[in-house]
Amino acid sequence: MTESQNSDAFVAFERVQKSYDGETLVVKDLNLSMPKGEFLTMLGPSGSGKTTCLMMLAGFETATHGKILLNGVSINNIPPHKRGIGMVFQNYALFPHMTVAENLSFPLEVRKLGKSEREEKVRRALDMVQMGDFGNRRPAQLSGGQQQRVALARALVFEPELVLMDEPLGALDKQLREHMQFEITNLAHQLGITTVYVTHDQTEALTMSDRVAVFDDGRIQQIAAPDVLYESPENSFVAQFIGENNTLEGTIKEIKGDLAVVELDDGELIDAKPVNVSQPGERTTISIRPERVEVDVKKLGDKAHTLKAEVAEFIYMGDVFRTRLKVAGKDDFIIKTRNSADQRRLQPGEQIEIGWLPEDCRALDAV
Amino acid sequence: MSDGTTDPKTVDAPKADDPRDQAKAADNVDKDGRMLSADGTPLKRSLARALRVQKMRALMLIAPLLIFVLVTFIAPIVDMLFRSVENQIVSNTLPRTVASLSDWDASQDGAPGEEVFENFYYDLFIAAEAKEHTRLGSRLNYEQTGLSSLFRGSGRSVDDVGEEQIDALEDLNEAWEDEAFWYELMTGGENSAPTAEPLDIQRGMLERLTGDNFSGDVGFLPGSAITRVLPRTVNQYAAFALFTVFADEDVVAEEEPWEAVKVALIQELQAGADLSEYDGPGAEELRAAQEMLADQPQIAFKDAFIEMDEDWGENANWRTIQTYSPELTEGYFLNAIDMQKGIDGAEPRPENQQIYIMLFQRTLFMSLVICGSCILLGYPVAYLLSNLPMRTANLLMILVLLPFWTSLLVRTSAWKVMLQQQGVINDVLVWLGLVDDFGRLVMINNQFGTIVAMTHILLPFMILPMYSVMSTIPPSYVRAARSLGATQWTAFWRVYFPQSVPGIGAGSILVFILAIGYYITPEIVGGTTGTFISNRIAYHISSSLNWGLAAALGTILLAAVLILYWAYDRIVGIDNVKLG
Repeated sequence: MTESQNSDAFVAFERVQKSYDGETLVVKDLNLSMPKGEFLTMLGPSGSGKTTCLMMLAGFETATHGKILLNGVSINNIPPHKRGIGMVFQNYALFPHMTVAENLSFPLEVRKLGKSEREEKVRRALDMVQMGDFGNRRPAQLSGGQQQRVALARALVFEPELVLMDEPLGALDKQLREHMQFEITNLAHQLGITTVYVTHDQTEALTMSDRVAVFDDGRIQQIAAPDVLYESPENSFVAQFIGENNTLEGTIKEIKGDLAVVELDDGELIDAKPVNVSQPGERTTISIRPERVEVDVKKLGDKAHTLKAEVAEFIYMGDVFRTRLKVAGKDDFIIKTRNSADQRRLQPGEQIEIGWLPEDCRALDAV
Repeated sequence: MSDGTTDPKTVDAPKADDPRDQAKAADNVDKDGRMLSADGTPLKRSLARALRVQKMRALMLIAPLLIFVLVTFIAPIVDMLFRSVENQIVSNTLPRTVASLSDWDASQDGAPGEEVFENFYYDLFIAAEAKEHTRLGSRLNYEQTGLSSLFRGSGRSVDDVGEEQIDALEDLNEAWEDEAFWYELMTGGENSAPTAEPLDIQRGMLERLTGDNFSGDVGFLPGSAITRVLPRTVNQYAAFALFTVFADEDVVAEEEPWEAVKVALIQELQAGADLSEYDGPGAEELRAAQEMLADQPQIAFKDAFIEMDEDWGENANWRTIQTYSPELTEGYFLNAIDMQKGIDGAEPRPENQQIYIMLFQRTLFMSLVICGSCILLGYPVAYLLSNLPMRTANLLMILVLLPFWTSLLVRTSAWKVMLQQQGVINDVLVWLGLVDDFGRLVMINNQFGTIVAMTHILLPFMILPMYSVMSTIPPSYVRAARSLGATQWTAFWRVYFPQSVPGIGAGSILVFILAIGYYITPEIVGGTTGTFISNRIAYHISSSLNWGLAAALGTILLAAVLILYWAYDRIVGIDNVKLG
């Protein structure tokens, strides 16, 4: 899971730092390597440094320290137009004074390709995104989704090996966004291009990527495949940032192999899986996913840990029920239950028993 | 607020007991397929009514400004434009002359015939009394030099025409010098049937001539008997009466009539006025006078005028009067494009009098040069400003706007100090040894000075719209171009520049239109070779007082700007102009 310096990495950041004002670091000691053909998403809240990383890779920002390698060659001093990296911008950045075809032809013209070759490539690229009939339109005459496709086609038309996307779906509505997520991943895998995708939308990151790098505070907090990231977050930030998460604060009593005993703040003792805690006495945050909490504790068997809870609120969401509980002195404990035929609707004020398996309960660093 | 349902007109459309209409009302569409609102009114009408209050309120808000602009701006401009073709002064001052001149063939040598001079005498006489002949002289002098002094001189000696006959008349009977006798003769005594017609005719003429009001009680009404016998004399007396009462504020009966009245009488008696049936007051004296005058020579108006000033015999002077007698003239416009009205229509002016075409060309050319240098100097500044952080950009923007805080006159005068031959720049050049002391550069009072000073003054008008357009161009466009493989120059030229063109367009229109009508700066630093058409317009407004020509020049300038604006709209598209 940690990044080893891989000699056959296609893209690599080596100890990269970036500062704009000489006082604070926006990117702190970034190490990252990507194999060819990977779809990597940089995910993080705004100001976490993910866009800065992308801009350094594209060549619009220079790294204050460290090396950025493309295909094993340092590109720190190569101007953006010589890097041969395709890029899709947040607001598409389609040139408004050119038609769609002219927009696509632009990167080929500056590469001094012949006219017939250009036309052929433009046609192919437009067909690829199902925009073949729109070559003579101006960007302003297209809908958001169509502009998005054109922007994608323009980034791909000169056949770059690396494509960067800076929140490309941010301006689209939900349905279109989901559709385009699918199209982009398909296209990327079909063409075998390496993609670096920046977003702050975790669903997007989880559904599209081969790997997700979670950024916070100028560092990669965790870089892993989506399922690993969701199920085995390595620290509290990742656990909180990805998906919904219940937290309980406590102190480590003792650690026995892959089981830690944690004393919650209200005195209750529970078992948890130690992740980044090392010794007794340490403060810890327990993380449990809402869907791993069971109301019908008998289903879980002997190993399960049970706790008393009081129903505070019941929210009907269609496919699932979302119930807020008062647990261990906190009243923001959420559980999610499937809306199946046998599932009971809990009433506020009801006293129930909840439980979970110790391996679903992760003891992380205290926040 | 008016409620739709209370309006009787709105309820008549669907009749409740007619099932067909009910069905239609339910569909909210009438038989012509128009949409209906819930109460059955056409939807368009309901909407218009709903919006009317809003529109009225909006109109009320702009009403003060609208009225202000109409009264103080639009109306004077329209009046000014009208002056460029207006030419009523000739026909108002010389109405009878103009009428008789219309038959005169100007291509024949010499002056027109006796009839024209006869009418001219009566016109000039009353004009000279009202002192309007000098204005006409000045007006005609724009077209033919010498006419001003000709009219002024003749106005003084027009009284002398027919002197010989008048003396003879007065020698015959002293009554002809007696104001009471004249008054009695003209009113036709106590039991005459008075007629107001001659008074009305003369009143109209005098009002047109002077522009003053001549209505009111005259204390004189012509007798109908004497009017039938001596119409012209009565008319002249009526003019005299009106003028005496309203201009001189005297009593008609106490003033001896002026020479024109007596000349008219002499003419009519000599022409054989039929006195046989006249038995009113003064019948005896009239018959005696007619008998005596039969032996006197006729009054020769043409000879009298040519004796007064031989220029009255000149064909050119009369031709000018004839050419400019219509109430509307294209003469000012012809003049404004270095043409004049000749015998066969428009013809070019002599070369040494041509100036305006050259001035128009110079104005256009220099405005273009100024516009161009503003673009060249302003573009980099606007580019820099729009790519700086907001704080720094605002600070620098103040520097751009700084010139606005100084008076235009001060800035222009400062350029005079800078550019003159003993000025700062020349001193520095001499000190550096780049030019020697005798070869100091002439940079002021010529086109160069005007271009430098005006470029400086108009530069902010170029930078502001360019800046506001450029600051709306997101940096991602250039970045996108760069990532697509364009060099910095290609990215700028193919992606950034085309998007900044609307700013250049807006700035250019602003600067060009301001430059084309600029006045103060060319006046101060332009010398003779760097002045604009506007300086000439100002000259005609304030010095030569040829407002008609000034108006024609102004109209051409306005038309030129509008045509350029139209052309710009066709080529660039006015929608592409962004001021912010």
